[in-house]
Amino acid sequence: MLDKTIRKVILLGSGALKIGEAGEFDYSGSQALKALREEGIETVLINPNIATVQTSEGVADRVYFLPVTPSFVEQVIEKERPQGILLSFGGQTALNCGVELYRSGFLERYDVRVLGTPVDTIIDTEDRDLFVKRLDEIGVKTIRSHAAASLAEARAAAEQVGYPVIVRAAFALGGLGSGFCDNERELEAVAGKAFAFSPQVLVEKSLRGWKEIEYEVVRDRYDNCITVCNMENFDPLGVHTGESIVVAPSQTLTNDEFHFLRKKAIDIVRHLGIVGECNVQYAFSPDGEDYRVIEVNARLSRSSALASKATGYPLAFVAAKLALGYGLFELKNSVTQTTPAFFEPALDYVVCKIPRWDLAKFKGVSREIGSSMKSVGEVMAIGRTFEEAIQKGLRMIGQGANGFVCNKPYKTEDLDWALQHPTDTRIFAIAAAFESGYTVERIHALTQIDKWFLDKLFNLETTYRALEACPSLAAVGKELFGQAKRQGFSDIQIGRVFHRPEAEVRARRHALDLRPCIKQIDTLAAEFPAMTNYLYLTYNGTKSDIAPRYEANTVIVLGSGAYRIGSSVEFDWCGVGAVNTLRKRGWQAVMINYNPETVSTDYDTCDRLYFDELSFETVLEICSVERPYGVIVSVGGQIPNNLALPLRQSGIHILGTSAEDIDRAEDRGKFSAVVDRLGVAQPRWQALTTMDEIERFVDEVGFPVLVRPSYVLSGAAMNVCYSVADLHTFLEMAVEVSAEHPVVISSFIQRSKEFEFDAVADGGRILAHAISEHIEYAGVHSGDATIQFPPQKLYCVTAAQIRRVATAIAAELHITGPFNIQFLAHEGRVKVIECNLRASRSFPFVSKVLKTDFIDLAVRCMLGEHPAPPAIDAFELPYVGIKASQFSFSRLNQADPVLGVDMASTGEVGCIGDNFDEALLKAMLSVGHRIPEGAVLISSGNALQKADLLPACQMLHASGRTLYATPGTCRYLNENGVPAKSARMPDGEGDGPDTLELIRSHQVDLVINIPKNFTHVELSNGYRIRRAAIDFNVPLITNSRLATAYIRAFCRLSPKELPVKAWDEYQTLAVS
Amino acid sequence: MSRKKATLRLEDGREFTGWSFGFEGPSQGEIVFSTAMVGYPESLTDPSYSGQILCVSFPLVGNYGIPEEQLDAEGLCTRFESERIHVRGLVISDYSEKYSHWDAAKSLDQWLKEQRIPGICGIDTRALVQLLRDEGAKLGAIVPEGFPVPTTFADPNLENQVALVSCREVKRYGSGKKRVVLVDCGVKHQIIRCLTSRGVEVTRVPWDYDFNQLEWDGLFVSNGPGNPALCETTVRHLQVALQGDKPIFGICMGNQLLGRAAGGSTFKLKYGHRSHNQPVRLCGTDRCFITSQNHGFALDTATLGPDWEPMFVNLNDGTNEGIRHKTKPFFSAQFHPEASSGPVDTEFLFDEFISKL
Repeated sequence: MLDKTIRKVILLGSGALKIGEAGEFDYSGSQALKALREEGIETVLINPNIATVQTSEGVADRVYFLPVTPSFVEQVIEKERPQGILLSFGGQTALNCGVELYRSGFLERYDVRVLGTPVDTIIDTEDRDLFVKRLDEIGVKTIRSHAAASLAEARAAAEQVGYPVIVRAAFALGGLGSGFCDNERELEAVAGKAFAFSPQVLVEKSLRGWKEIEYEVVRDRYDNCITVCNMENFDPLGVHTGESIVVAPSQTLTNDEFHFLRKKAIDIVRHLGIVGECNVQYAFSPDGEDYRVIEVNARLSRSSALASKATGYPLAFVAAKLALGYGLFELKNSVTQTTPAFFEPALDYVVCKIPRWDLAKFKGVSREIGSSMKSVGEVMAIGRTFEEAIQKGLRMIGQGANGFVCNKPYKTEDLDWALQHPTDTRIFAIAAAFESGYTVERIHALTQIDKWFLDKLFNLETTYRALEACPSLAAVGKELFGQAKRQGFSDIQIGRVFHRPEAEVRARRHALDLRPCIKQIDTLAAEFPAMTNYLYLTYNGTKSDIAPRYEANTVIVLGSGAYRIGSSVEFDWCGVGAVNTLRKRGWQAVMINYNPETVSTDYDTCDRLYFDELSFETVLEICSVERPYGVIVSVGGQIPNNLALPLRQSGIHILGTSAEDIDRAEDRGKFSAVVDRLGVAQPRWQALTTMDEIERFVDEVGFPVLVRPSYVLSGAAMNVCYSVADLHTFLEMAVEVSAEHPVVISSFIQRSKEFEFDAVADGGRILAHAISEHIEYAGVHSGDATIQFPPQKLYCVTAAQIRRVATAIAAELHITGPFNIQFLAHEGRVKVIECNLRASRSFPFVSKVLKTDFIDLAVRCMLGEHPAPPAIDAFELPYVGIKASQFSFSRLNQADPVLGVDMASTGEVGCIGDNFDEALLKAMLSVGHRIPEGAVLISSGNALQKADLLPACQMLHASGRTLYATPGTCRYLNENGVPAKSARMPDGEGDGPDTLELIRSHQVDLVINIPKNFTHVELSNGYRIRRAAIDFNVPLITNSRLATAYIRAFCRLSPKELPVKAWDEYQTLAVS
Repeated sequence: MSRKKATLRLEDGREFTGWSFGFEGPSQGEIVFSTAMVGYPESLTDPSYSGQILCVSFPLVGNYGIPEEQLDAEGLCTRFESERIHVRGLVISDYSEKYSHWDAAKSLDQWLKEQRIPGICGIDTRALVQLLRDEGAKLGAIVPEGFPVPTTFADPNLENQVALVSCREVKRYGSGKKRVVLVDCGVKHQIIRCLTSRGVEVTRVPWDYDFNQLEWDGLFVSNGPGNPALCETTVRHLQVALQGDKPIFGICMGNQLLGRAAGGSTFKLKYGHRSHNQPVRLCGTDRCFITSQNHGFALDTATLGPDWEPMFVNLNDGTNEGIRHKTKPFFSAQFHPEASSGPVDTEFLFDEFISKL
């Protein structure tokens, strides 16, 4: 029963999205808050991630956009005095913070109870030695792990267990600082790095090649226990589960194996005393029945979010209810509404999770994947055959694949190597191996992937060959066509075999009467009737669970797909917001999305959820059943935006701005013409196809230039080139230039300010807008820049120009709905860089700071309601919002942590303060900065950049901090009256202590390293300094504007003085 | 994959088309569905499926092949639940042509061929489950292409299926100080193993054997197929045993027969319980268990005599999941504590029975 003494509860969020800790915690936190509010419990949320759904109005009663660190959480608790705290819904960040608060005795002092799993249990699962001891008590086998506090101890432990070994950092997110070592040399490298993150490392015997199986277990305080789902990794042990393709339920386990592991999982969870949700990961030997427990996560996790979506069982929601004292049998199955939550879902489909990597975005990063996470997002595909699910999934990850087969040729010099070494593209190496005649046995020997998976993949190769053997598309009979569709071949994929367009394949398919069925996910495999609205498409069926609809009030919202660099939780916020508005205004809202980390794929959010592809083919099939009034393509980022024109051409009504006008903004040439006609300035640009043309154009506009290739061979997609040499290196090494693949060259204006213009228009007239200002000069991608809103240093004349240009563009493109324009401002003149007729990344940030929901307004405009403009003026706001970016370079071995024109951040936070300094400090602390108490190392690029940094260095010195500087910088500072100690460059140049040693030994608390320019080419001293800062966990700033603002802020304001105010305590002043 | 076409024909004339696998011949029976996601070798050899065509709702079947049949020293199967396949046919969606498992000896297809049991794949099993759920279990036939489609269907529930699968003679297993008589209505071998592994001697007798003439410390009534109303002989023998005070434990059919002996009546469920995820609650407590089930009939607890009470109840539909005598050591479970296939969470009931001996 409900514990009535709990009236107010604090929930800790997970902060910015980062590799290893992403959107899944927005979903679990949102679910938990919903579960609490249902009980009438007051909820307080601490989470600086302003782009999340959980930090939106109406989810928690109170929101603090503050860092999830003990000092801030303590202050919030002192102020709010809750009875309970929830630690298990905000990932490792919340758990670590909670454990610290518990250990310091703070929670006890303030009489705050940890709800759900007790903290002692959490500690038992987090501390490897305790964990092994606890499982020994019940005779459960663990991977023998030897804790080492020094490199010497680690070496000794490795000798004892014998190589190969795996080294892990204790208390670290998603395997941070972990790695396999085959010998002592490798051990030293991996352990050295792990010690930077954790005082303890663990050395274990490696079980590479074993199967990896997980169970999601739920237990209530009455000791009732269920396993909601089990999952099997496609990749054998050695690849982190977050990096592996995963299927649910397991596919290669017999009944005895399945239930042996299930029973163990329940025994473990009971013995540890979990109350709520928990995940148990096993290594399972493929040639016997031996096992080891890899780890137990006593909290909601990435896997639990996946399990919730895979089964329809809302784990986080149920876990929150159990934390409040309920028994499982007292809660309802939220899908059937008639049966209880005490049951184990039966699936009648198979799901396949595939990680999404963005390794190509990073210069220097290794493409190999292993025991530590590198992926930035994931997709989940549902099918009634494995082939169907995996082919859908491979398309969903959005890396250009058409499925398992029929892709661009896989390029590798050594196919065996590509099979032996897991990388982000190994699945395509398997396809290439089949094509080159490798047998399943041979691939199994190289990859150790279970033959069951490989045989299924080989079925796809077989079907591909059968298709290829047909003389033409028209010659493909219904039997073979149907088989291909049942195995998840898309129309485009089939079309590729015959070099025929998608439309022709579709026409043929429809002529053969091959249409997908729509099936429900109902948790009980149809055993009980369920009013479920959770749907997917399959060709493995003869009957749909739902009939075509005839209501005129259905609107389909297209979601944003996999999280990746450049498109993340902010678009989930937009999608959920759109659905909420639609439902509030009496429409039936249908969501299409396939990202299991999101709130938009929670079937509770919308009227009907299609957990399926956002492809033209699939959306069209869904439209033929839903018969919507219209489709919203402007709230899910670029994927839906790109569907506007084809959908329109198929007679689907696009809500808001017309598809033709969207195209006029999207197409570079068309948009440039629009801008020219309006008499608005833009940087000069041309699309060029030969080196001669490029050189001629560069002669005209002068260096530097921004180079945007349409086909990238390796490395970053965009680059700034400062000289002919730069240009040649980049274009020859990394890019293909041809008539088919033109390169866009634009003039690049240095030291320009950049502004974001986010707005909503109705019939071409701007209804609401927000101008926000980058702290960094243009050249740092807008997704990486630190953004202030309202703008703090915007000339009135510039503001007026921006508004004038935006007004003209809105009218010219007849915009109805959300849009974003990016402006440069240089010497009093603004130029337009880009315009997107959709919601932008900064929509949640400006909406929440301005307390005006731009998505709500936009949707109402699109529905033709003509809402009144909001009565708020950003220039009157008595507070400031700062959006700062979260980087995950520590996950990306060897990547150069430098910012440029291509985006590199994985997440963001948004904090509010009474003034700029306060907001900036909160934001910087939220993305992992620690204010330096001692020394700062400075290494500052060219002369101009040195001058830029001088005032900040003066302040650092005046504040009593020691400055170390690399030789040139040191000379400059000393000459300008700032005492600095010289530090030797990594290559040995100069005097004083070695810079790398200063970093490694944490003698400096902050590294400021300003690269000379935005080229990515040199493997220099600068790179080694930057990489050392990342590898040894010393905060790093690489931009002089941001460094200056940050240093100013912490020199003027101590972190202890930062006021702890909730979002609602920042009052807007409405314009009368 | 050049498989022959096949049809699943229902008694009302509706048809599902797919491909033939396993034995290429016709077969008919009562079509029932199971939502279990693993355990096809165990299910197919479970005598409780006698007379039935099994539709597996989970679409991917055959993944890990079939292990080599092995008998232990006592003559019990170590990998299966009985010596042969008991289902009359298998209906699935996606057959895994290639299997992968260290312990597999053959494919499901080959095994079905050997045992002359037809299978049909490529069926929309979800659609079939929905049909059975909404309209109740149905008679039907698997008919490979080229075979005549039957027009009449014999109802296996009118036949005494228990008599078909029960042992013909008395057999002994295990050793120990205590002796348990096991009434075989179609017992799964795992049940015998669950008893002998607890150090008792088991005497397995045919369903209609008068066990009251034997010496025993405890009586066990097994699972079995079909309609409990056709086992009145067993019920009469049980009524005699109930006069005494020695422990009695029943599982599945055993629960229904014990209930009937206690004066209760049984009825046919619309589509039965066949899955690994059935939630039951121990009456009067907050303890709940996930159980493995396979039954088409249920006991009506309202009709039980005054000395009896429900012991377990199904949390999904409120039907009876077990009964106990208020004073004497008699109890039974409608679910399968021996699992195989399914979750093993209630195996402690065997301990409870043994501790009462």
